[in-house]
Amino acid sequence: MSQELLLVVAAALFGIGVYGALSQQTFVMIMMGLELMIAGGILAIGTFWAQSAAGSPKGQVLAIVAMTVMAVEAALGFALVIAVYRVRKADMTEKLKRLKG
Amino acid sequence: MIVDVLSWVFGVGSVLCAWRVFRADSMVRAAYWLLAAFVFVGLLLVLLTAQFLGLVLILMMAGEMTIMAVFMVMFMMNPAGLNPMTMVHQHRTSIAAGVVAFLGLAAVGLLGSFPERAVAAGARVTRETGMELLGDSMVVFETAAVALLATMIGTVALASRRGRAGDAYEGSVPPSMDPEEAK
Repeated sequence: MSQELLLVVAAALFGIGVYGALSQQTFVMIMMGLELMIAGGILAIGTFWAQSAAGSPKGQVLAIVAMTVMAVEAALGFALVIAVYRVRKADMTEKLKRLKG
Repeated sequence: MIVDVLSWVFGVGSVLCAWRVFRADSMVRAAYWLLAAFVFVGLLLVLLTAQFLGLVLILMMAGEMTIMAVFMVMFMMNPAGLNPMTMVHQHRTSIAAGVVAFLGLAAVGLLGSFPERAVAAGARVTRETGMELLGDSMVVFETAAVALLATMIGTVALASRRGRAGDAYEGSVPPSMDPEEAK
């Protein structure tokens, strides 16, 4: 698959992620949308690394940073879901009209 | 040749699985569709000779999606996916935003001109990455590690019911006006 097509795949993953993050009502499903967006980003980084940057190791470091962001996002997201659920018994965005505890 | 066929399979597979995530009736299934999408992305990275990145991505997402599936069982209302489920808001706007994002990024990918400098055939990519991570880019690596440590602490602090200084919600309740009760 050529570089252009791989970038189109990455764009498709990102677009689906945008759709999911904006349209879903459940917190955890919104997080899935965010993760798909980061996955598209990582695929684009990998594509550029392999086909435009001559395999420079710094490109892999950038991808590792993106993966760290993904892990941080997931972990803090889960923790926030639990914290909000404890106080509000809410697992959907529609149930939260205000953020004050 | 075989690499080309495989990359088509993985690329189309990842997009199809990603699409199924938001069309599955059960949230557990959605989590596993997402895992499948990530596995395909990891395999694409392996095909791009970034073996280390691809395998780390697959391992990480396998763990994360298992946790996510447990979360889904805890929170969701339709465990077995027996009923059709759509829980969406601002659906048209979201579709439009997703399509616009896709078209914009795909246009960049298709119309942009990028340098043609592919990885050298016999390059020892993983070794170079390790040398880079523990050499020139060590600050980046260590910063990521500290960020993960801070995340662990923050996660425990957010999710635990009781902190060091007592109940987390004690301070958020206004004190009673009755002097007897306030003691």
